[in-house]
Formats: sequence, C-alpha cells, structure tokens
Amino acid sequence: MIRKHLSHGIIFAILLFLSVVFLLPILIIIINSLKFKFSITEAPFALPNSETFSGFENYISGFTQTGFGTAFFWSLFITVFSVAAIVIFTSMTAWYIVRAKTLLTTVLYYALVFSMIVPFQMVMFTMSKVANILMLDNPVGIILIYLGFGAGLATFMFSGFVKSVPKTIEEAATIDGCNTLQTYFLVVFPVLKPTTVTVAILNTMWIWNDYLLPYLIIGNDYKTIPVAVQYLKGGYGSVDMGALMAMLVLSIIPVIIFYLTSQKYIIKGVAAGAVKG
Amino acid sequence: MKPLKRYFPIFVLPTLIAFSIAFVIPFIMGLYLSFTEFTTVENATFVGIKNYISAFTDNSDFLNALWFTIGFALVSIITINVFAFILALLLTRKIIGTNLFRTVFFMPNLIGGIVLGYIWQLIINGVLQPFGYAITSDERFGFWGLIVLMNWQMIGYIMIIYIAGLTSVPTDILEAAKVDGAGVFTTLFRITIPSVMPSITICLFLTITNSFKMFDQNLALTAGAPSGRTKMLALDIYETFYGRVGYEGVGQAKAVIFFLIVAAIALTQLILTRRKEVEQ
Repeated sequence: MIRKHLSHGIIFAILLFLSVVFLLPILIIIINSLKFKFSITEAPFALPNSETFSGFENYISGFTQTGFGTAFFWSLFITVFSVAAIVIFTSMTAWYIVRAKTLLTTVLYYALVFSMIVPFQMVMFTMSKVANILMLDNPVGIILIYLGFGAGLATFMFSGFVKSVPKTIEEAATIDGCNTLQTYFLVVFPVLKPTTVTVAILNTMWIWNDYLLPYLIIGNDYKTIPVAVQYLKGGYGSVDMGALMAMLVLSIIPVIIFYLTSQKYIIKGVAAGAVKG
Repeated sequence: MKPLKRYFPIFVLPTLIAFSIAFVIPFIMGLYLSFTEFTTVENATFVGIKNYISAFTDNSDFLNALWFTIGFALVSIITINVFAFILALLLTRKIIGTNLFRTVFFMPNLIGGIVLGYIWQLIINGVLQPFGYAITSDERFGFWGLIVLMNWQMIGYIMIIYIAGLTSVPTDILEAAKVDGAGVFTTLFRITIPSVMPSITICLFLTITNSFKMFDQNLALTAGAPSGRTKMLALDIYETFYGRVGYEGVGQAKAVIFFLIVAAIALTQLILTRRKEVEQ
C-alpha cells in the first residue's frame, strides 16, 4: 500500500514537472509580448522589469501593422462557413453513397478516400489556378475549395457511421409520410451527431490554422490570422519582435478559449477521428 | 431505390462539384503538367520526363530535402511515439489530476504551425544566444529545433489515442498476468503492447504522414536556413514553384514524386501493421 502511494507520488511529481515544461513556451511568449522589442532578442528569458516593461504597446503596434481585427474576422468567417458546409454536404453525400450504391457513387467514394493520401503540394499550383479562373479567390469562394479538399476525410468518416444506422428507422419515417429530404434531416442527421462533432472539430482545427491554402488563394486581398502573422515576419526590413510576440499571443487566445470550453468534445473527437481515420 | 435517384443533385452534386474543382481537376492537371514546361497553365509544352530528371540533377536541393525529411521523420516518429506512450501509461494509472495533465499536454496541438514555428524560434535562439549561435547558424540546430517543435505539438495528440487504446485493454488479463507473477516489463511487452496494436498502427501512420508533409513549421522556424539545408520536401517544392520563373514544371514533377512517396509509405505501413494485427 505504502509502495503504491510512493510510486503514485513520484508519477505525480513527474507529470507536474512535464506540465510546467509544456506550458513554459506559451508563458515565455506572453512575458515577451509585454517587453520592449529590443529587450526581447537581448534576453528572451528575462522577466520584464521597470525598464523593459512596455505595457500594451506591442499589442497596439501589432494590431495596426497586421490588421489583426480584420484577419480575425476572415479566419472566423471562413472557418465557420467551411465547417458548416463540410458537415452538411459531406454527411448527405455519405448517406447517399451508402444507401444508393450505384457505380457512380462507388467510384466517387474511392476517389474521395484516395484524395486523403494526396499531399497538398501535389495540387497546390493547379488548384490556385482553377480557383483563380473560376473566380473563387475570395472568402466566399474559398469555402467551396475547403469543402472539396475536406470532403475526403469527412465523407469517409460519415459513411463509416451511416453503415451502422439501421434502415428501419428511415423506413418508419417514410411510412409516416416523410419525403427523402425530411427523412434525412429529421431522422438520420440527428443520429449522426457523434460523427458530426468529430468532423466539425477536426476540420475547425485544420481550417483555423491553415496557412498555405488561404495564402495562395486569397492572401493578397484577405489575410487570415496565420497569413497575417507570417506577413509580419516575412515582410522586408527588420522584424518588429514586440509586435510579433503580441500577435502570437493574440492568435493563441481564441484557440485556448475554444479548447477550454469544448475540451470534452475535442479530446473525444480527436480520439474517435483517429480510430476511424 | 428508384426514388433515391431523384435526390442525387441535392445530396451528392454540391460535394461532387467542390471535390472536382478542388481536387480531381487540379490533380489530373498536375499529373499532366509535370510532363510539360509552363509558366502559366495555358502555355504548357510537352517535354516528356525532362522535369523529373531536372528535379534530381539541376541541383542537389531536392535530394537534400528528401534526406533531411527522411531523417526528420525517423527521429520524430520514434521520439513522439515513445514519449506519448509513456505519458499515456502514466495517465492511465488513476493519479490525481489526470484530466488536468491531459488538458495541458494536448493544448499545443491546437496551435497552428506558423505560430508554433515563431514560438520555438524565439526560445531556441534564446538558448543558443549565450554561445554566440542562432538557429540559422547550423543545420543541426534547425533539425533538432524541428524535432523539439514537432514533439511539443504532436505528443499530446498521439497520447490521447494511446490512452483510448490502453483503457480498452481488458483488466482481467492484466490481473491474471499479475497472479502468474509476470513482471512490469513482461506485462508491458507481452500483454499491453500487443493489445494496443491497432492504436500503434494509427499513431505510426499519423506521425509518419505528418512528418513527411510538414510545411508551416518548417517555413516559420528556419525557412530552410542556412542556405536551404533545413528545407523539407514540401518547402522545397513550394520554393521551386514560386521561387524561380520557368521552374513550375520541375516543381510539379517534384510534387508528383512527393505524392508517390507519401502514398507508398502510407500504404506499406498500413498493410504491414494490419498483418501484424491479424497475427495476434
């Protein structure tokens, strides 16, 4: 009994130490975001003192240099509508594929599964061209691109779940007078909820943090948060470290709020997504 | 099934159109363009396999990136999986605060690659500064910097999957082993690891593909410095496309090779571990 307590104590101490190590990088960024830009590169691990403490100066200059407010808006806009589009359309497609089983849907299914293993660089250049020609190079058009590029994994996950949904509940709905659309949205879609949550979370994490796709397609006119951060650093001339630190902190805050409020779903979603993906 | 056909336009067409525009058409165009010389898509002229030869012979960038990526992938796959598995073992022992620890370890995974890159750039430069170095002074700094970054980002994610696997190991088997006098390591290697083989498959698959496809972190942390020696495949392809005019065809050929490598790894790995699972 004592041995068990002792070993639990040691494990607890190790885990506590590791937690500090894991949190330290974020803490260092927060500390540096409150220091004058020159004292950041000079002594990044020093706490701010009366000489180096800059208040919120970095936040103000970062905000104005990157247009962070606008970037936040576009990130939110693109993420919310792309995820909504992915969830609604791919779940419908998955259901149709499983239930209809025609040659076309089977081919489509395998094409979608195939697209999951293709790295973005393979289609990067041509996709930007197609988006440009079809005038999809704007925050609304990019939603269609995200639907297309996210369709593989989402349809795959939804169809895995649809296979386990008993046909009898759909037949009962039809007998009760529902047409196919009503049956789908009133009966089938609510049953898919666990997968819906998983798909929504995986895609939110992907699209919110995505850099290259929005940079290539809409980067000149509309900057999302990752594009704005990279723009601050990648621009010519000397980098304003203070503004960069402040922007890093500002980009992390929404993610952490999202994480702490829906942690349960995120962790479950990730575990479920991995098992199926 | 007849009435279902009428609903094809509503249920399938939106996904089909988006998928064709974002993937099918660009993929086929990409395959074709890798055999041509072009600057815009309209002026492509067929050149056979010239681009594929150029990818390897024009300069050593692509081969360097390939070796760098393979080295990076090997080290990160091992470190991430070992650390994540140990953490998962520790977190399935009913210790106080397990949920809080899990929350903390998973958090870095939600931060985007660009932001992660700049966080670690500051820290690594801060560590190297007293010795008169920066992360861009030597390719080894960049290499290990990327390893540390990738571990920080992926360990929590992989840990979650191992926890899910470990909690489904039947406790009666573990107890039986204890009664039979099996030691900690015997239990670990003879019972625990074989029973979480499906999780190991998934985790190896995820870490290997994520390591190979890494781009954002690479761009933000080192951008290939010094002199392109820390460039991974994705970044090298990106720079071939957009760095020099006239090299778009070579970039596309590199992208096709990259795709074939990623696909081959993913498939072999899946087949190998699936076979192992069956043997259990």
